[in-house]
Amino acid sequence: MSPRPGFVLEVDRSTPPTLFWHGEGYRLEQLPVGSRVLYAPEPHAPLPDPVGAIRHALEHPLGDRDPLPALLRPGMSLTIAFDDVSLPLPPMRRPDVRQLVIEQVLDMAAEAGVDDVVLIAALALHRRMTEAELRHALGDRVYDAFAPAGLLRQHDAEDPDALVHLGLTDQGEDVEISKRAATSDLLVYVNINLVAMDGGHKSVATGLASYKSLRHHHNARTMAHSRSFMDQHRSELHSSNRRMGRLIAASGVNVFQIETTLNTDTFPEQFRFLQRREWEWSTRDRAGFLATSRALDATPDRLARSIFHSIKSPHKMTSVQAGEVEAVHARTTEHVYTQQMVDIEGQSDILTMGLPYICPYNVNSIMNPILVACLGLGYFFNLYRGRPLVREGGVVIMSHPTPWAFHPGHHPSYIDFFEQVLAETTDPAEIGKYEESFATDPWYVHLYRTGHAYHGVHPFYMWYWCAHALEHVGAVIVVGGDRAAVRRLGFKPASSMSDALEMAADVVGRDPSLTHLHTPPLMLANVT
Amino acid sequence: MRALVYERNAARFAASRVASAVGGPGRGVAVGPLRLLDVEGPELPGPDWCRVRPLLAGICGSDLATLDGRSSRYFEDIVSFPFVPGHEVVGEVEGTGTRVVVEPVLGCVARGVDPPCNACAAQRTGGCERVAFGHLAPGLQIGYCADTGGGWSSAGLVAHRTQLYEVPADLDDDAAVMVEPTACAVHAVIDAEIDPGDTVAVLGAGTLGLAVVAAMRQLCAPRTLLVGAKHPHQRRLAEELGADVVAAPDQLVRAVRRQSRSLRASGTLTGGADGVVDCVGSSESLAQALAMVRPRGRITLVGMPGRVSLDLASLWHREVALTGAYAYGTEDVGGTRRRTFALAMDVVASARLGRLVSARYPLDRFEEAIAHAGAAGRRGATKVVFDVRTRKGTAS
Repeated sequence: MSPRPGFVLEVDRSTPPTLFWHGEGYRLEQLPVGSRVLYAPEPHAPLPDPVGAIRHALEHPLGDRDPLPALLRPGMSLTIAFDDVSLPLPPMRRPDVRQLVIEQVLDMAAEAGVDDVVLIAALALHRRMTEAELRHALGDRVYDAFAPAGLLRQHDAEDPDALVHLGLTDQGEDVEISKRAATSDLLVYVNINLVAMDGGHKSVATGLASYKSLRHHHNARTMAHSRSFMDQHRSELHSSNRRMGRLIAASGVNVFQIETTLNTDTFPEQFRFLQRREWEWSTRDRAGFLATSRALDATPDRLARSIFHSIKSPHKMTSVQAGEVEAVHARTTEHVYTQQMVDIEGQSDILTMGLPYICPYNVNSIMNPILVACLGLGYFFNLYRGRPLVREGGVVIMSHPTPWAFHPGHHPSYIDFFEQVLAETTDPAEIGKYEESFATDPWYVHLYRTGHAYHGVHPFYMWYWCAHALEHVGAVIVVGGDRAAVRRLGFKPASSMSDALEMAADVVGRDPSLTHLHTPPLMLANVT
Repeated sequence: MRALVYERNAARFAASRVASAVGGPGRGVAVGPLRLLDVEGPELPGPDWCRVRPLLAGICGSDLATLDGRSSRYFEDIVSFPFVPGHEVVGEVEGTGTRVVVEPVLGCVARGVDPPCNACAAQRTGGCERVAFGHLAPGLQIGYCADTGGGWSSAGLVAHRTQLYEVPADLDDDAAVMVEPTACAVHAVIDAEIDPGDTVAVLGAGTLGLAVVAAMRQLCAPRTLLVGAKHPHQRRLAEELGADVVAAPDQLVRAVRRQSRSLRASGTLTGGADGVVDCVGSSESLAQALAMVRPRGRITLVGMPGRVSLDLASLWHREVALTGAYAYGTEDVGGTRRRTFALAMDVVASARLGRLVSARYPLDRFEEAIAHAGAAGRRGATKVVFDVRTRKGTAS
């Protein structure tokens, strides 16, 4: 039976309560009659033979590229860059799709007699991956073959000796990327495209870039002009990356792009109720919901976090394509849209969303308040094409505990950003005056290069990510969040959804229209 | 005439220690040795002495430590019982009606010690080495001496004429009662040897911390002044008085690190603040001060700890100077010598420190007053005073 498409439910008196993610837990909320609930399409069937599909893609590239075996020769230098721990979410069960692809690329390289091979985790300004995370992404065989010899590296955007400046785009944007990647005879990039924003030129131009390069598109102005950045043709973020990617290609960097898409089968069997439509819950789903809810209620926060972060997703690969960057990405984007797109007509006064325990920047870590804001206003708000789901001046209601808690090893500069910058202003355009001092702070640089810390500037990027939403909406309300933390973000705390709706009435009036973005799984709203 | 009298009573002293440990600062008074008694005013000890009738008298952190049974045994030889507390005093001179603030340190001149000790000869009255000698009973200050009385009394106190400073007419009583604690702050700030362009951190934003901020802004030129403040009103006042960065106490080390762009190692900053002024005076605040001061930097201790537990490895290894700052005397400022109290009056006037007086209580509500002072930060207050002008109290 083919998977059902996404659809829009209109809440009536018989509609059961709607499930909201709420950090390391969930809530059932009774939405007002007339509310619209967006449900994602059901997960698409995986490729029956992923290994065969990968080989086929490598041998039958898209665009103006020779098959991969034809690009490999003895004596050449080959660099394989791959997406980091921020993808996919949650981390997928072994074998990770990166492992499947990289093993085949390495087999072909070995057959061609290529000896000079280096693997690079494309971190950009993200934290370095741990050995366990690298082993999970690449598999033990690849890790053990490359890591001991120093041939498995993590991109270091602060190592001047390991970067090369390729020039300026016609808009004056610096393009500075990994020297090893740029000077290799062939750069293979292995991507996982979880949402429409991922991949394309962004893989190399962002993943292997330096702060000097990234600052041209990771800023408040670019983010506010990306409407949304899930729609690459209306995204200034992507336009900038496209200009950079084309300059990279024109500089002679030989990129062979491999992109994969995953279905939206996000959570394992014991959590399957999360992805089902509430009125279709079976007895088993209800039992699963009740059992996990009660267990989580009795579980300390730290343990609950540990339990959720141990979840490995049953994601399966639905497509793989390789070759020239733009041709590959066009095909990839089609697959993402097919899996995730839901049509909906018109905007609403209120957009509600339940935010989970995880976002791209807190894998095996704490979802701190800045990341809560970024997930809600940066990611979920931008899961649209056409127009935002909420009207200009409307209200976003997010459900998340929003603890005043930070991982000191992963997010050291976030703590100072929260304590010092957000205490003064929450205006994305205003905070820019502090950016350079954080970006060049020697302590943050040290922790980024030698520990597992996000770069000093990263919290600014998270806040810039919110720029479009903050400019667009009239108010943001967080249900069930730490009140002080929520206020520090510039948002309004509410203890319950009904309180939040009362508060929203002050902004959008009585009897507002409401749309709920029902996740998981992820979707992309096509708002006409 | 009524006065709050503190008597030597070991059992009550111990009880107050337990009560404050259980109930919090300011709660020791209910079971401690302080009692409201009918008293006569003290006798004049000599011809150069005056009777002063208190108008307002502040409750200081050192008073609270005494009332809560937390004061160090170090003071046993330099106080005499029974005494009337209260050393932050604005009052009127009996006979003339002149409004004065009292510099309470009982130095050699007041004690009739001649020749004076080295400190008094150098006009560093706060450093007097003879506070247990001379014709007065032991007592480092008015408010701790059995012979002089103290500010918490309607019966008045006695003070040597050299201890009195006339209050200008444009300085109201609230401002005037802030002169003594501000003089402590002025002395500490000058002692801290802040150079123009320094990064300075102040731990604590109670009365002393805020007065230090005000004095620092008027007497020095630090490039960046950071303050650790716990409560919202303290944060606001610190900013108003000239702090560049105000952080929660547990975030101050991070803020200093950010300002100084230091690395961190062994729990300390490789750069850090040039100067730290600790206005809290606890094991925790001293450990924080050591964590945020730069190598060869200077920590000035204005808070008044007794016994503390502290890892001093970073102090000797990084050659940090830890100095105490107490009371006042005469200061060298801009090439001229001025009495600390005169400088303090200027600071109080220009920084409008009278606004730090948050509540005024009559003597007969002393338990409430002291409990309020003990919980001042939490209750949105800064300085709590006894109002000896009236039997009604007000809180603002």
